[in-house]
Amino acid sequence: MPPSRRTLPTAFVLGAVITAIFLALALASFFWTPYDVTKLAVMQRMKLPTNLHWLGTDNMGRDMLSMIMVGTRTSIAVALVAVGVGVGLGLPLGLLAASRHGSLLDEAVMRSNDLVFAFPSLVIAILITAAFGPSAFNAILAIGIFNIPVFARLSRGAALSLWQLDYVRFAQTAGKSALRISVEHILPNILNVLIVQMTIQFSLGILAESGLSYIGLGVQPPTPSLGRMLADNRTLTALAPHLTLIPGMAIVLIVLGLNLLGDGLRDLTDPKLRGRT
Amino acid sequence: MRRSFTSHFMAGAVAIGLSAVAFGGAWAQTSVTIGMQLEPPHLDPTGGAAAAIDEVVYANVFEGLTRFRSDGSVAPALAKSWDISDDGKTYTFHLNSGVSFHDGSSLTADDVKFSLDRARAEDSTNAQKALFAGIESVEAVDDTTVKVMLANPDGAFVTKMAWGDAVILAPESAADVGANPVGTGPFKFDRWVRGDRVELVRNPDYWGDAVALEQATFKFISDPNAAFAAVMSGDIDAFPGYPAPETLAAFEADPRFNVVVGSTEGETILSTNNKAEALSDVRVREAIAHAINRQEIIDGAMFGFGTPIGTHFAPHNPDYLDLTGQSNYDPARSKELLKAAGYENGLKLTLKLPPPSYARRGGEIIAAQLREVGIETEISNLEWAQWLEQVFRGKDYDLTIVSHTEPMDINIYARPGYYFQYDNPAFQDLMKTLDVEADPAKRSALYKQAQQMIADDYVNGYLFQLARTGVVNAKLKGLWQNAPTQANDLTAVHWD
Amino acid sequence: MLAFLTARLLTMIASLLVASLAIFVMLDLVPGDPASLMLGLNATPEALNALRQELGLDGPWPQRYLEWIAGLLRGDFGVSYTYRVPVTGLIVERLAISLPLAIYALGLTIVLAFPVGLIAAASRKTWGDVTIMGLTQLGIAVPNFWFAIQLQVLFALVLRWLPAGSFPGWEAGLLPALGALTLPAFALALPQASILARVMRSSVLETMHQDYMRSARAKGLSRAGTLVKHGLRNAMIPVLTIIGLQFAFLLAGAIIIENVFYLSGLGNLVFKAISQRDLIVVRACVMVLVFAVIAVNTVVDLAYGLVDPRLRRR
Repeated sequence: MPPSRRTLPTAFVLGAVITAIFLALALASFFWTPYDVTKLAVMQRMKLPTNLHWLGTDNMGRDMLSMIMVGTRTSIAVALVAVGVGVGLGLPLGLLAASRHGSLLDEAVMRSNDLVFAFPSLVIAILITAAFGPSAFNAILAIGIFNIPVFARLSRGAALSLWQLDYVRFAQTAGKSALRISVEHILPNILNVLIVQMTIQFSLGILAESGLSYIGLGVQPPTPSLGRMLADNRTLTALAPHLTLIPGMAIVLIVLGLNLLGDGLRDLTDPKLRGRT
Repeated sequence: MRRSFTSHFMAGAVAIGLSAVAFGGAWAQTSVTIGMQLEPPHLDPTGGAAAAIDEVVYANVFEGLTRFRSDGSVAPALAKSWDISDDGKTYTFHLNSGVSFHDGSSLTADDVKFSLDRARAEDSTNAQKALFAGIESVEAVDDTTVKVMLANPDGAFVTKMAWGDAVILAPESAADVGANPVGTGPFKFDRWVRGDRVELVRNPDYWGDAVALEQATFKFISDPNAAFAAVMSGDIDAFPGYPAPETLAAFEADPRFNVVVGSTEGETILSTNNKAEALSDVRVREAIAHAINRQEIIDGAMFGFGTPIGTHFAPHNPDYLDLTGQSNYDPARSKELLKAAGYENGLKLTLKLPPPSYARRGGEIIAAQLREVGIETEISNLEWAQWLEQVFRGKDYDLTIVSHTEPMDINIYARPGYYFQYDNPAFQDLMKTLDVEADPAKRSALYKQAQQMIADDYVNGYLFQLARTGVVNAKLKGLWQNAPTQANDLTAVHWD
Repeated sequence: MLAFLTARLLTMIASLLVASLAIFVMLDLVPGDPASLMLGLNATPEALNALRQELGLDGPWPQRYLEWIAGLLRGDFGVSYTYRVPVTGLIVERLAISLPLAIYALGLTIVLAFPVGLIAAASRKTWGDVTIMGLTQLGIAVPNFWFAIQLQVLFALVLRWLPAGSFPGWEAGLLPALGALTLPAFALALPQASILARVMRSSVLETMHQDYMRSARAKGLSRAGTLVKHGLRNAMIPVLTIIGLQFAFLLAGAIIIENVFYLSGLGNLVFKAISQRDLIVVRACVMVLVFAVIAVNTVVDLAYGLVDPRLRRR
């Protein structure tokens, strides 16, 4: 069945636009925020949106818009680096396993992947931060570890089918090393699958960061993150709803944007997978 | 088919709603559910320091020779009276007769001797062994008379015996007392659903005045947001140590609830590592003291609940000296001091914060205040386990915030190995003098001298006396307003 | 067949052994002394040492590992450091909440996802499909604890239709017990249902492309008729895999939700145990959760093997 040419690009465009907006907010926060997020103004706290503070102020009197901008930056950074960890370690492992298909090494990689998948990720993340102390670095580590098997499995699977192709076999008989083949022939051809998975893991990373920060295990104050904003204001949900609604909606939008983008990319790059989740 | 399913579902929803209404209904109530943020690890007040243990069992399940009242004074309990020898070294306690333990056995002087000896024994795990350190021997004179011989006169001995760590147990139940507490109090232990709640029932054979409640449940809710929801929805009748002061305004506005604000023994301080490089300089510590705006911390972290303090002493104590002026908020002075100490180009310190919100929120505010005078802090939020390991035992910290909730604990400044690492022989001598002084007027003078000394040395940043903010169902009466010791004494609690 | 079965079971046992070793070593590295936490600020070193010995915190780790494994085989998880009662009892007590909650949430997930996924598949390319898929994207994007708090405020504090939290126990009656679990189950189910609905839709669509479906259509069966008669059974295989994984996830993944609704389930037990350094409890809980995942995976594998002999060779 041909793709529905009218609706799918819409989702893709929507996703791209939402993602771009939040990326722009996050990048802008490097240079400018309406207010300094490290300055507290206790007397100005919990104000509803006004001309001065477009999204109101939080429980310490900080400007919510500024907090959202910097918080988005933090959350994106944590999730992005965690994806980097996953790709950085998972991709080589997957490629290696695929190049030695059926070997003990391949088996070991796949078995340890299964093992990591069997562990309850949130519990392990809490353990890691309990052991090494809560920090942005450890949050990244905790999220990143579970990204490794995802990318290892994905790249191994995608690479395996490529190893069966004639030109790869030819390169092999021509004496090219497995490493060169992996880098020159395999990697470029699995990039699109990788990119799609990266957007998905990216969005999951945003959710994971918010969850970890919510229980106090993510980035440390005074650095704002979207999860920390939810955590710090959570008791005020019934009294000053905008304090949790705004960061909550920001998380929803970022994740939604990334997921739409990922789906759109998949549909554009791989017609076979069209319509899958 | 679909319609009938829907209507069933609706009926179910309505029934759930109705039962919720019925629970809040108005028949004579004889049970109470008390909320607590921390769960006790076990229920033996003589074998652990966790305040949560006393908050469940003190005065309810276990009783000592004497007991604290809500105003902090000491009253007779199992001992109806006592005599003090002329040299102040022998205390003779006369026990109430007809007192029995929950397992049916009678209380005798032997049980008292057993309990005190057990607490001061070599292998005792009593967390407050110092309370018993002055005891030389204990003797059961007859069934209802106990003689305690002290090495030195101790003016505070009767107060010491009121602590939860000094309650009286029976030898036959002492081994398993943590899981199955057997005491002499007006409530018997019923069951403990670990991680969730402890249930007590009325002791029909109680020796003292009968209590109004049939049943009491202590429910453990650690998350402040969940605590808010539990109280607001009526699941919990009273939350004496309510952890979310930012929501108290909502309860004040609601006629279903009373907000109770009392005092505690919790001096909340910016504990300072006096041996850390920069902080060993008293000018730096004074600079920090002047950089702190106490009112902003009280407003920001506690939403206005708390009393500023200028030394390590409870403001409601008659011997308290108000020294807040000595460390007033004066950023200009603070910068001068830092310059004099050689830190005009800034200083970087670690600030390690335990879980309570006074520490987490207060820490953020203090960090912002210190930044104003050029001190950068690196905050790390720690769990209690990490805090004990790194800060309290490891002394690997510059600054931390913690509330010292033990009553009259200024003597911790006499311990050079304590985590402040404050080593002042003059102060240590002062405490030794105080230990053997029995004359109230002289004791008072010594206490004041001690307060002045630690304020002059700017040992720690003295922030505020922790307020005890509680939310109580408007119809529930008789709970303690203040917390002279960590307890939820239910003996006088009743429904209107 | 027997060889396949034995092989799968052996793999499972091997996985469990490796996992148990990983768990043990990992938890041995966690710093923090439970004894000092239990005795508090003013504890003396003697008291600490006395307690540490009582808890059996010394000894070389291989020995303690073997003792632990030997205990596991007897169903004995050891004694909790903080509570000083058998860990097995604690876990069983918590499962009495976590298991019903996971089942309730999974039930809701299925009840929500199946019709939604089917309708989306059946109405592919229409606005209905697009709307449903958009909503499921939204469902996946919502952090479930945040959604949980919003549900709690709305239905428990404002409307007062349902309890704000706590589990009264089954002895309180079926309706109050289910009522108490309803909000948490919904909060847990929303993202899972969104995921499952999407899997359902794509799986059904995939099946409809298969040749036997086309021939069934060609024989004149209606689209819906084909779907129900031939498609569903085959489409169920990936769906069931996901459901298996979701169940294991729901058992462990409720930590934050349990926090919001002050439920004392397994997640709450692990969370508190970690912060109190009650590592013997943490170890046991992680082992139980890992066991659940590995067992579910094995059962799913076995089921595939039974249905489709080709899958017996991997």
